[in-house]
Amino acid sequence: MSKPSNLLSWIDERIPLTNTWNKHVGQYYAPKNFNFWYYFGSLALLVLVLQIVTGIFLTMNYKADGDLAFKSVEYIMRDVNWGWLIRYMHSTGASMFFVVVYLHMMRAIMYGSYKKPRELLWIFGMLIYLVLMAEAFMGYLLPWGQMSFWGAQVIISLFGAIPFVGDAITLWLRGDYVVADSTLNRFFALHVIAMPLVLIGLVFVHIIALHEVGSNNPDGIDIKEKKDANGKPLDGIPFHPYYTVKDLVGVTVFFIVFFAIVFFAPEMGGYFLEHANYIPADPLKTPEHIAPVWYFTPFYAILRAVPSQFGGVIAMFAAIAVLFFLPWIDRGPVRSVRYRSNAYKLILTLFVIAFIVLGYYGMQPVTPAGTVISRLCALMYFGFFVALWFISGDEKTKPLPERVNY
Amino acid sequence: MATDHVAPGKDGNPEGVDKKRRRLLTNTAGVVGAAGALSMVVPFVSSMAPSARAKAAGAPVEIDISKLEPGERVIVEWRGKPVWVLRRTEDLLGSLDIVKDELRDPDSDDSDQPAYAKNEYRSRDSQPEVLVMVGICTHLGCSPTFRPEVAPADLGDDWQGGFFCPCHGSRFDIAGRVYKGVPAPTNLEVPPYYYMTENRILVGEDGGQA
Amino acid sequence: MKMISTILTSSLVGASLFLSVAGSAIAAGGGGADLEHFTPVRTDKSLQRGAKVFVNYCMGCHTADYHRYSHFARDAGLSDTAVVENLIFTTDADGEASKIGSLMSNNMTAEYGKQAFGAVPPNLALTARSRGVDWLYTYMKSFYLDESRPLGANNKVYPQVGMPHALADLQGWQVPVYEDDGDGGEKFVRFQQVTAGSLSADEYDDTITDLVSFLDYLGDPNREARHSLGIKVMLFLFIFLIIAVLLKKEYWKDVPHNA
Repeated sequence: MSKPSNLLSWIDERIPLTNTWNKHVGQYYAPKNFNFWYYFGSLALLVLVLQIVTGIFLTMNYKADGDLAFKSVEYIMRDVNWGWLIRYMHSTGASMFFVVVYLHMMRAIMYGSYKKPRELLWIFGMLIYLVLMAEAFMGYLLPWGQMSFWGAQVIISLFGAIPFVGDAITLWLRGDYVVADSTLNRFFALHVIAMPLVLIGLVFVHIIALHEVGSNNPDGIDIKEKKDANGKPLDGIPFHPYYTVKDLVGVTVFFIVFFAIVFFAPEMGGYFLEHANYIPADPLKTPEHIAPVWYFTPFYAILRAVPSQFGGVIAMFAAIAVLFFLPWIDRGPVRSVRYRSNAYKLILTLFVIAFIVLGYYGMQPVTPAGTVISRLCALMYFGFFVALWFISGDEKTKPLPERVNY
Repeated sequence: MATDHVAPGKDGNPEGVDKKRRRLLTNTAGVVGAAGALSMVVPFVSSMAPSARAKAAGAPVEIDISKLEPGERVIVEWRGKPVWVLRRTEDLLGSLDIVKDELRDPDSDDSDQPAYAKNEYRSRDSQPEVLVMVGICTHLGCSPTFRPEVAPADLGDDWQGGFFCPCHGSRFDIAGRVYKGVPAPTNLEVPPYYYMTENRILVGEDGGQA
Repeated sequence: MKMISTILTSSLVGASLFLSVAGSAIAAGGGGADLEHFTPVRTDKSLQRGAKVFVNYCMGCHTADYHRYSHFARDAGLSDTAVVENLIFTTDADGEASKIGSLMSNNMTAEYGKQAFGAVPPNLALTARSRGVDWLYTYMKSFYLDESRPLGANNKVYPQVGMPHALADLQGWQVPVYEDDGDGGEKFVRFQQVTAGSLSADEYDDTITDLVSFLDYLGDPNREARHSLGIKVMLFLFIFLIIAVLLKKEYWKDVPHNA
């Protein structure tokens, strides 16, 4: 026996290194018909790692103090060696995280990856999405610019709509009468340690859940039903090396997009880094037009579409909450959109359009036409779930193939 | 091929696979990828080096020694460290020869100083009585005390004047040279410095007169 | 089947492209004048001239104390000595001339600024990023004589501005000319020069071009370094992409297609 394998068996007798590798990578059989949409899971993991690493290096120079925070960001951008690169990677990473996660969620909806037996997988994914939103929101306060400040002021005020205890809750969340140094300090603590810990835990469970039930695929059929003599799925291939090399291509393409933004358009025309955030936070002066960062705007548009404060808040949270129930709202047994009815394809298309249009109007100043369109799209958004319940009850689906299309 | 899915494991590659090409591509991807990853490490590592602010704060420091009496010492801050400027008396300079045999590195062969300060006085030739030295013990970074008196009770009869580190008892002569038998390994460090005029010293630069 | 997912893919990709291409309008801070389009000049000479205007006319009241003189010296191709001798007019807390490594701050206290102008004159290091260069360029050309204002000046881009016309010596004074807008009101059409400054109109434009280009530099000093490194990174990634695609294709030869 050669030395390395001796070492490996020495380790394997103590912790299940080889076993773990085989279970999750080497002998994890994934369907061979993954398409474009299946890159975004591994990419989300990559962005998480990027955010953690760049974030650690940012905390080395950032000051979580109302008097120092804004200047410390400029210190990072100008005085710290390569600070601008690390900071732009982190700010671009925040937006790209949501790009990747939205596409990942779209994939799950399109191919029915939330359906039995993957309900918990979906729910853990939704929890990741929720925590990610909290993480991004808190991170956005830290540069302590005008958008940071007023964005936080508005979002925290949402909780004020809760009957009876609303005001007490907002006061408690801020730790002051307005967003202030105390708010900044606690958001820093939550952003750099609490939320990331929860996020990593949830991602771990998400992956464990996935590897327990196995990956879905664009045809939505179960590859475990057709196995060879060794008990391996006929349409499955080991994750390593086949999907590691494939994901390497995805990662490279992602990096091309990611670094093109970092190096050539870090502000992304004001969508990733808003112009007003280059003015230090001023509690006495609201910017003329405030809008959340783009990844929150669909929900923000729903909030504004409802002509009542409490109703708007409820609608906004409901828009996220309803996604948790997707596995039970969709009653149909067929997973993939490929074999579902035209009615389903229609409502899914409308749902995506509504989400994008809401995202657009959430960034714009309020106009009468915008409000009408936002209301229409909010109805389309919720209408999807209602229609899905009815359509999926007795859906005319196409016959499923015996084997995956590859 | 007999089976539909691929055979697992590294030895189970189906026939007809060009193993050489596969190995070549894997190695190329590994090497190029590692080069990329490594170059990504550079910005992160170098971000921990002193920033422009630290460098600006660590800029050379000017000292006026026109009012420095013989036997008197001033302390200035350079890069956050204490720098001593001491005008030694004739007696103190005379002690340098007396203690020579008790020193670990009397000729400063293993110690840090600019070439122009590698002499018995550990100072520039133009004003040998003026000592410019970083006041940080070479043992573990405490700042030694200035003890110019001869044979004080606590340091013993042989003491000819010098520096004593209270943390771990290291002893240095009046040129910052370390005694034998103490924990400090080398002589105290002499920073780069030069005389801008007869009475003005710039600590932190050689002024091209090295 | 395939088609619907293609449609969904393209609509989502289209949406992200839309996000990336569409530039949002920078909040212009109100005002009646249309903004002139401005393209910053990034040459050493222009930066040096712009910096000279900035330290002479702006830094009395405004700071740029996120940025260091030494950083500017390096980026504008100047020696430290040249910057110390020609561009540093400020002093540090001890009353000595600011060092080359200092931040570009001034000696005016916030209290004094508030008293004199009604508001603390803002730090100008990031104004090119918050307002945009078009705004800055038009703003610097839109001061006009207005006796009703405490400091005798008003601005078309920033009405009721608290700042005096700091460059009046150079530009001279102008007044707005209005025309009937055919709707019972009047609209601003152009400025008319009433007193001459030390510069001609063209020379003043050049001066403002240099100044705003300098402010653009202050807002994003590392842009050039970013772009040149970016091209190298892109090149590397495209080469690596070719390798990765070949590697993937090689391994996936093992994976048979279903009939």
